[in-house]
Amino acid sequence: MPRFLREFFNRNGTMMGSVMLGLVLFWTIGLIILPQLSMLDFSFRPNLPPPEIGGPKDVYTLENYKYLIYGPEGGSQDYNAVDLRVFFRTLVAAVCVTLFNLILCYPIAYYLGQTKGNHIRIFALMLIIPYWINEILRAFALRIIFGESGVLNTMLVGLGIFDTPFDFIRNDIALYAGLGYAYILLMIFPIYNVIESLDHNQIEAARDLGAPWWRIHKRVVIPYAKPGISSGCTMVFMLSAGALAAPQILGGPSSLWFTQLIYQQFNDNSDWPQGAAYAIVLLVTCILLVLAVMRLFKVNMGDIGK
Amino acid sequence: MSAGVGVDLENLWIRFGDFVAVRDANVHIKGGDFFSFLGPSGCGKTTILRAVSGFLDPSEGNVLIGGNNMKGIGPNKRPTALIFQNLALFPLMKVWENITFSMEIKGASAAERRKRADELLDMIALPGQGDKLPSELSGGQRQRVAIARALCAEPHVLLLDEPLSALDLKLRQHMRTELREIQQRVGITFIYITHDQGEALTMSDDIAVMRAGVIDQIGDGKTIYNDPATAFAASFVGENNVFRGKVLEVNGDEALIRTNRSGDLRSRISTANLGKMNVGDDAMMFIRPEALSLAAKGATGDNFVTAQVTHEEFEGNSFNIFMEGDGGKEIKVAIPNHGQSFDDHTGQAMTLEYEVANAVVVPAGELAAE
Repeated sequence: MPRFLREFFNRNGTMMGSVMLGLVLFWTIGLIILPQLSMLDFSFRPNLPPPEIGGPKDVYTLENYKYLIYGPEGGSQDYNAVDLRVFFRTLVAAVCVTLFNLILCYPIAYYLGQTKGNHIRIFALMLIIPYWINEILRAFALRIIFGESGVLNTMLVGLGIFDTPFDFIRNDIALYAGLGYAYILLMIFPIYNVIESLDHNQIEAARDLGAPWWRIHKRVVIPYAKPGISSGCTMVFMLSAGALAAPQILGGPSSLWFTQLIYQQFNDNSDWPQGAAYAIVLLVTCILLVLAVMRLFKVNMGDIGK
Repeated sequence: MSAGVGVDLENLWIRFGDFVAVRDANVHIKGGDFFSFLGPSGCGKTTILRAVSGFLDPSEGNVLIGGNNMKGIGPNKRPTALIFQNLALFPLMKVWENITFSMEIKGASAAERRKRADELLDMIALPGQGDKLPSELSGGQRQRVAIARALCAEPHVLLLDEPLSALDLKLRQHMRTELREIQQRVGITFIYITHDQGEALTMSDDIAVMRAGVIDQIGDGKTIYNDPATAFAASFVGENNVFRGKVLEVNGDEALIRTNRSGDLRSRISTANLGKMNVGDDAMMFIRPEALSLAAKGATGDNFVTAQVTHEEFEGNSFNIFMEGDGGKEIKVAIPNHGQSFDDHTGQAMTLEYEVANAVVVPAGELAAE
């Protein structure tokens, strides 16, 4: 038995240790790794009617992945332009949502983390309570706000800023707002946690030594908050790239999210292997992207857990 | 290094809501002086420092540095540098980056900064330690890095907020000497905040004694110690025995005090209160433990005190005798240890003697908490 395991059992007792270890293993292996492996397996198989599963036609194939790149065999185009465009658009949009969230949430997290007083707790509560409401309802609420005769348009037209209502939905503004709003807490709280532990004297020391505010953030606060920032960005990016409800409800008619394609494959086309392949491609690409960005900004995997 | 400039506080008031943190402070600090604000925690001394450094705006009155009114000038634009109580070194920057942070802001090249950092590291006796992180240094070394970082900004005034309080006793005493040396070498004005009278007395040219937002007395160490202006200053700075009573007679710069339980005692009137003490006033008389000595048993007079010994202790450099005193406070007598034999007097009545010039009387007032 390796040392850390022996120490773990010594500390918690054989009984308690086994229960805890068992639960964690069940969670990671039974609920995460095995289903994903089964999806991986699906993605390499042809979509066969049930009687043929396990039959001679049930062989490993790359055709589901080829489909994403080249489209249907004998199709009119060289590449599957539609799906690929959706794929890249999803990634770019998720990056944009992440950056937008970071820009919005960093000042809020900084304010929450560095201000003392009871009103901070109320402020935090006001951020949290809306999340008691179901995600779908929140998305529909935004639809009402951004709709053609919605609150925002009524106001803008009423004030004479626009002559005719602006179509926030078709222009995807509602979608980005909805995605951004859906995950702000996941951005604010990791950053807030780190910044709260930053000694305020550090900020004053930098100021006393002549630093303007932007340099204090650049040299003192942001380096310190980096683990929180990377943790927040990772979560927001992963979740918005994988979001389904917000694009479904707030997306314009012409702008599909990649997850909607996956959903269509699974549900509308009943093509699980194809859906699984799309999902795996999305997952792997997102992970690689996150790892690349982490390497670029010299963030360790351990920092994310902070 | 830039020369030190004077700092003036003019009718300075600082309020937080209803709470008055600093009440009408008027202080003139000469350029190049080592000036200390001495007082218990919560007396407003740190608030004054924050007003000088610019982190806090006075409610009323002015802060002048080198004769210039600092109103509306932020901490990053003032010719001051502050050393924080917890030092506030940047944990993610190397020592040399910490030290030269102020140069980085002004856009100095890395080579220039490196060179300056090496000079300052030599000055604080930490050569070759520039590439370490602050967490890799000891407490005393971090202390010196904080000083170097502040000096690198070439301030005209260096502000120090109890920077030695986190160090252990030996290091603290060593750093006192070192701070004083650095101050004399660079020649700039140091404003030092402390609740430790030993630090204030050993390092300062002048000291302001503060109590609950009010400056009780400003003077050099000897004046503060020997000639306190208020009961608070007398009891806060060093050990002191208090005798409460009323003024019975005033003769020039001396007064006879009818004490509550030690009879009539003669004392010098503190310089600040000359001409202000009248017969019948409530007064407090102070005699230092080292100014009392044992007298022949039963001797009487207006410079003799007789009381019951409650307990004794041996402190190494002195034998301390504690006797029943006034208002529940004990009278402490320190007899220097010359290697003489010393009997236990517990329970006996003993007579003490002092020189009138070594006793000082001030108007009755608030005593420092023990």
